[in-house]
Amino acid sequence: MGFLDALPLTVMDWLRGLLGQGLPAWGVELVVGLIKVVLILVVAILPVIVLTWLERKVLARGQDRFGPNLAGPYGLVVAFADAIKILTKEDIIPQAADRQVFRFAPALVLIPTLLVFTVVPMGRGMIAADLNVGILFAVAIGSLAVIAIIAATWSSGNKYSLLSMFRSVAQLVSYELPMAFSVLTVVLVSGGLSTVRIVEAQVIPFALVMPIAAVTYFLASLAEANRSPFDLLLGESEIVAGHNLEYSGMRFAMFYIGEYAHIFVIGALTTTLFLGGYQGPILPGYMWFLIKTMAVVYVVLWIRCTWPRMRIDQLLDFSWKLLVPLNLANLMLVALVFKLAGTGLLGSLLSLVVNVGLLVAVGTFLVRRARSSTSRRTRALVLGEV
Amino acid sequence: MSEREIHHTLTVPETLVPEDLQRNALLTSVDSVYNWARRRSMWPLTFGLACCALEMIAAGAARYDYGRLGMDIPFSSPRQSDLLIISGTITHKMAPQLIRLWNQMPEPKYSIAMGACTVSGGTFDSYAVVQGAAELIPVDIYLPGCPPRPEALIYAFTKLHEMVGQQSVKTVSWYRKEGEA
Repeated sequence: MGFLDALPLTVMDWLRGLLGQGLPAWGVELVVGLIKVVLILVVAILPVIVLTWLERKVLARGQDRFGPNLAGPYGLVVAFADAIKILTKEDIIPQAADRQVFRFAPALVLIPTLLVFTVVPMGRGMIAADLNVGILFAVAIGSLAVIAIIAATWSSGNKYSLLSMFRSVAQLVSYELPMAFSVLTVVLVSGGLSTVRIVEAQVIPFALVMPIAAVTYFLASLAEANRSPFDLLLGESEIVAGHNLEYSGMRFAMFYIGEYAHIFVIGALTTTLFLGGYQGPILPGYMWFLIKTMAVVYVVLWIRCTWPRMRIDQLLDFSWKLLVPLNLANLMLVALVFKLAGTGLLGSLLSLVVNVGLLVAVGTFLVRRARSSTSRRTRALVLGEV
Repeated sequence: MSEREIHHTLTVPETLVPEDLQRNALLTSVDSVYNWARRRSMWPLTFGLACCALEMIAAGAARYDYGRLGMDIPFSSPRQSDLLIISGTITHKMAPQLIRLWNQMPEPKYSIAMGACTVSGGTFDSYAVVQGAAELIPVDIYLPGCPPRPEALIYAFTKLHEMVGQQSVKTVSWYRKEGEA
């Protein structure tokens, strides 16, 4: 472990020693715990400033535009302009709203996203709480976000946001399952639920060992964050603007921050589960974590400016008829491979072969069935015929 | 004169600030930061009425790109937008919806009357068309043309930015109660 790699830990140990001179043991733990809380808040909220700018720039470049370039160099401080403007906007609570819940919901949006960060290892030994059920905790807390959406829509007293909530719940229930299966595959191979253990188990990143699980997890977490192409919740052309339709000013900003923090969480969890987390050569662990996370975040934004929105029936079909059976098969095959060949290099290689084979088999089956199908919709979906 | 009208006639803010407050560096810096933020993040409402909307869309697309001004998030909810571009003929059928959308927008809010029809009713001197948007809601910038080209719309944005830049937190109407001077 290099000096730079261990620098945050060294600082933390020095701080512990300093505090230990004047405080009892429980006092030291209390102060260190509070510092960790503040660090997690910073790590979760700080990327939002970068991400709002990045998303607008990536979308603009994707559409052959420049994007914001007047606020500071390259438009870098546009997020601050947004923040000041949105803080000074009028705060409207509709008459039909349930005032208590309406006020509470924006606070509820951020909590699950922040909680997930407690179990993400951001560097060697840099984790707020190394729970032995870490990834289970992340999956469970991640699905709590829907409660904030329900609270926001139900209290708004607006029929359009209510429709968006129905869509969001259907989507979340369907994508929880493939997500759980893909996480289960990872847990099976790494032999533990602790996130640190999962990262340490990835001598070869799991994205290369079981690509099906990796892609499924990524897509399912896109659906859970209501990101494109699964952003039915925000269908502007049908249901105005989604769950935060009635929110203005700072209350809306909380939803905005929550959305971008959630994108960063997708990146962080995908990195932890499938891209080898903080592991990598030369650079310190936290740098690798940041690089990999931002790479995944970039793909999320890239997808938004490339793919059109899916319809609700296509969305549910995709989950129940493709992702769930595919991941069940993948789970069984990977379990079989690792039981027979061991978790070494041979097992990893065989697992990759099995994964690719499974994908080819399913693809061939789908295309064959579509070719012999007379349904225009099936042909359009699978073969791309117009 | 209502507060809304005051900031229309307001050209040089110093004339309204008392002599002894003119050197208050803190106040002016608050104003400049406040106005800068509102200029650089003015989110328009996704709202196209008629043919001028096509020019509005063109102004947002690759060649002209009003996203450069920080306007590249057209929000579909009036609660989250700052600018209403009335782009096209307002029929009497559509008038109630326009007023409703304007009332749903939180302050500070601005409006641009885009095209001859919204400025004065244009060529449609008929029973079915509202003769100018000003009959319904307060208009900040009038942009003539049939339809105005995207360059003209971006010029209207810069004019609006100038207007916003001349406002002051001390005089704007939206942070004070009804009847307060």
